[in-house]
Amino acid sequence: MSLHCRRALSILAALFLAAGLFACEREERDSRGPTAPETGPDPGSITLSDLYAGSPTRPAPDLRRDQFEKNAFHLSEGKRLFTWFNCTGCHAQGGGNIGPPLMDEKWIYGSNLENIFASIVQGRPNGMPSFRDKIPEQQVWEIAAYVRSLSGQAPKAAASGRNDQINSKPAEQSTPKASPTDTDPHSPSVEGRQ
Amino acid sequence: MRARRGGVPVCIALLTAGCEGIQSALDPAGRQAQHLAEIWWVMLAVLMAVYVIVLICLAVAALRRRRENLSGMIVPPERQADRRIGLLLGAGVVITAVTMLSLTAYSYHTDRRLSDLSGRTEMTIEVTALQWWWKVRYLDDVPSRSFTTANEIRVPVGVPVRILLKSQDVIHSFWVPNLHGKQDLIPGRDNEIDIVADREGTYRGQCAEFCGIQHAHMAFEVIAEPREAFDAWRDAQIAPASPPADDQQKQGQDLFQQSACVMCHSIRGTDAAASVAPDLTHLASRGTLAAGTLPYNRGNLAAWIVDPQSIKPGNHMPLVSLSPSDLQALLAYLDSLK
Repeated sequence: MSLHCRRALSILAALFLAAGLFACEREERDSRGPTAPETGPDPGSITLSDLYAGSPTRPAPDLRRDQFEKNAFHLSEGKRLFTWFNCTGCHAQGGGNIGPPLMDEKWIYGSNLENIFASIVQGRPNGMPSFRDKIPEQQVWEIAAYVRSLSGQAPKAAASGRNDQINSKPAEQSTPKASPTDTDPHSPSVEGRQ
Repeated sequence: MRARRGGVPVCIALLTAGCEGIQSALDPAGRQAQHLAEIWWVMLAVLMAVYVIVLICLAVAALRRRRENLSGMIVPPERQADRRIGLLLGAGVVITAVTMLSLTAYSYHTDRRLSDLSGRTEMTIEVTALQWWWKVRYLDDVPSRSFTTANEIRVPVGVPVRILLKSQDVIHSFWVPNLHGKQDLIPGRDNEIDIVADREGTYRGQCAEFCGIQHAHMAFEVIAEPREAFDAWRDAQIAPASPPADDQQKQGQDLFQQSACVMCHSIRGTDAAASVAPDLTHLASRGTLAAGTLPYNRGNLAAWIVDPQSIKPGNHMPLVSLSPSDLQALLAYLDSLK
């Protein structure tokens, strides 16, 4: 083998080794969830207002946000459970029916993952049932993360790319991001406070 | 020498030991499986003979010495030898063609025999495959005599049964080796398969098309029993769930209705009427749990309820935390659903 060949091969080998060291991290699929009974998100993180008594800084978001919102497995499980537990009966595929739409920018009770969790578990006036003790908490997190993906809030790499049944709307992955009015700095409710 | 001679029958015995059993295509318990097993053996014999002949020809060709004359030069074969070889090759082509055509005809004949039962079935069962279990619905002309169960099919011996095959999500495949070949369950398409069990017994079936993470644990049982036993079983299955007999079972039933169980499962005779998970009306009458993953007994039921994700990771039954007394009450109730 000529020197030129050998050098080229060794460079290639070095590149492959380097690629192996920086190999992609496989997503963790936690289908089990924690075994101890959960207590839901930290109550301090479920707020509907930007005003905080005492300390000027808002409380830290729940640590579970990234675990669920950026995980394709949890988003797809949430999508399955959204139909299983008949959320579509009132919210349709996010377009809303007798329940408010979930794919738009208007959030009555907060758009954060913890707020959506609270809405599902506690129920809400005017027709939203409480699913406390009926849906295990791991599954409620998954549904909440999916609800966020309906308005395009989930990262493109994790959101669902296509429906298993007939498509009634663009897939969550292609849904344009609808900036929620409760966190959008240009919305009237936030501007008025500044 | 004696040991080696005795080894051959032992080998044959060991090899054919896998032929019998509750999930063996070579142990047919029904007419169609019999046809399939026969063509299997015939093809094995014919093709083994072909293989041996080819090996012999190859050996002859490899070991044959080329003709050399006295001075060591290789001499080309004579014209007569040429013609002989030509005739042999021609005969080989003809024999191959005849063999292939015969096997094709036999295969076609077997295929025709497999649809012998169509139009002569006496019972209809609708099997819907879901990830990763089997919803079994016995249909009847009288609607009140239809009922739903899961992962277990019972048939009377010798009675042809038509099974309608549907799927709720992805492609699965219905395969009971002792009774028939495979037939896919395809979402959006209605397939069917006609089976008959000519011999009493319990036969294990399995999903034969990769359908997701727990495809390997998607089995079911087909139990062939005498007509009277089948009728008794059917009448028991049509009846609604037996009411709780004591306080602990009542507590278990209340727990079932108030916690996550009622969101997915149904128990006829109670308020639980969800359809995405197996019907539990007569759970304790079944032989297996979790689509053939575990044999049914109270201990396995407890293990399954406490942590389904350890037994069948990725399946759609979530882990629901229960206190020990709650678990015992729930077990007492579910174990009473015979």
